[in-house]
Amino acid sequence: MDKVQGFLVGLGSRVTDRLWRLGFAARFFVMLLVYSGQTFLRPHLLLREIWFSGVLSLIIILVSGLFVGLVLGLQGYDTLQRYGSSEALGVLVALSLVRELGPVVAGLLFASRAGSAVTAEIGLMKATEQLKAMDMMAVNPLARVVAPRFWGGVISMPLLAALFSMMGVFGGYLIGVVFIGVDEGAFWSQMQSSVDFREDVLNGIIKSFVFGIAVSLIAVFEGYDSIPTAEGVSRAITRTVVTSALAILALDFVLTSFMFRSL
Amino acid sequence: MNRTVLDLWVGFFVAIGIAALLFLALKVGNLSSANFAETYVLQAKFDNIGGLKVRGPVKSAGVVVGRVANIHFDPATYEAVVSMNVDTRYRFPKDTFASILTSGLLGEQYIGLDVGGDEKMLKPGDVIAKTQSAVVLEKLISQFLFNKASEGPEKK
Repeated sequence: MDKVQGFLVGLGSRVTDRLWRLGFAARFFVMLLVYSGQTFLRPHLLLREIWFSGVLSLIIILVSGLFVGLVLGLQGYDTLQRYGSSEALGVLVALSLVRELGPVVAGLLFASRAGSAVTAEIGLMKATEQLKAMDMMAVNPLARVVAPRFWGGVISMPLLAALFSMMGVFGGYLIGVVFIGVDEGAFWSQMQSSVDFREDVLNGIIKSFVFGIAVSLIAVFEGYDSIPTAEGVSRAITRTVVTSALAILALDFVLTSFMFRSL
Repeated sequence: MNRTVLDLWVGFFVAIGIAALLFLALKVGNLSSANFAETYVLQAKFDNIGGLKVRGPVKSAGVVVGRVANIHFDPATYEAVVSMNVDTRYRFPKDTFASILTSGLLGEQYIGLDVGGDEKMLKPGDVIAKTQSAVVLEKLISQFLFNKASEGPEKK
């Protein structure tokens, strides 16, 4: 009997704890939006964060985009040439990158490269009581520390996803046209006739924007809510990466089902 | 406030990011060619539209002159009514022939406009009188087989 009771108590406290955290996260998001006006009045704070999460992520995004494009080129050509339609390689590479792979893979990379760093930074600031000190000096840590990091991520993410897709298309072009010898005109013209700006490109940008909001919010929240010890911060970083990845994939499914319903 | 190296890097990042967006919009997508500035509506009735889709191309002499705007079923005549948005720069004669064609063996279906010789032009909202339905492959094959069967055994 005691065991059952203990189990129920444990379950209840866990559920309550999660709900508590969820509610706190929602309130945190609202407060973040309220205080983010000051972020845009002090652009040097924002610039530093765009530099940190955008510019420093450039190398990994560009290189992995190129490799994803190269692999898509090889695999796509291998399958398409069986049906005698290797000219459709451009369509395959561009559509899969612009619609799905660009936003999703760039989002996953962004979460592990920039999101984890933001969590670590804010978590350590909390552990060393810098946030509290700011509060004492009447500097709101939400406005000074959290909001610039959030908006830096939100602005960087769509640009990074676009760069990823562009490098991927370039990789597909390298493999398809330069190495294998698919006709260059057909590669580009078929791509242009099948990729629609509003349907494909714009929806991809919307996706990457939503992923940027999700990843940045998770990263700053996990940092802000972390237990202020070395172990707590490390756990918060792990949670950032795991939760961001799950959020990106789940949101991707939801957004795709809204955007490409006609298929 | 002074300019810093950091500003330069952020500027560089934002610039190439926007360049990538432009590349996706113009080179990968078809923002530059797909949208017609001003269009007028033409309608055509078909017995069978096959696999024609909304936003499918309308071509004349192989050039895209418009897009399919709307497809619906007319319960009175049991025909499919297809509305097309055609670029206002192009006018077509009254006896234009609309047929549903396929680009390539497995390609998408489109409406081909074959121009007649009439002096009068179609006005916005007009219905194209002469149409030809999509070719359904199964019907074509069965027709071919029946013809073969009715010819009887070949003489040797």
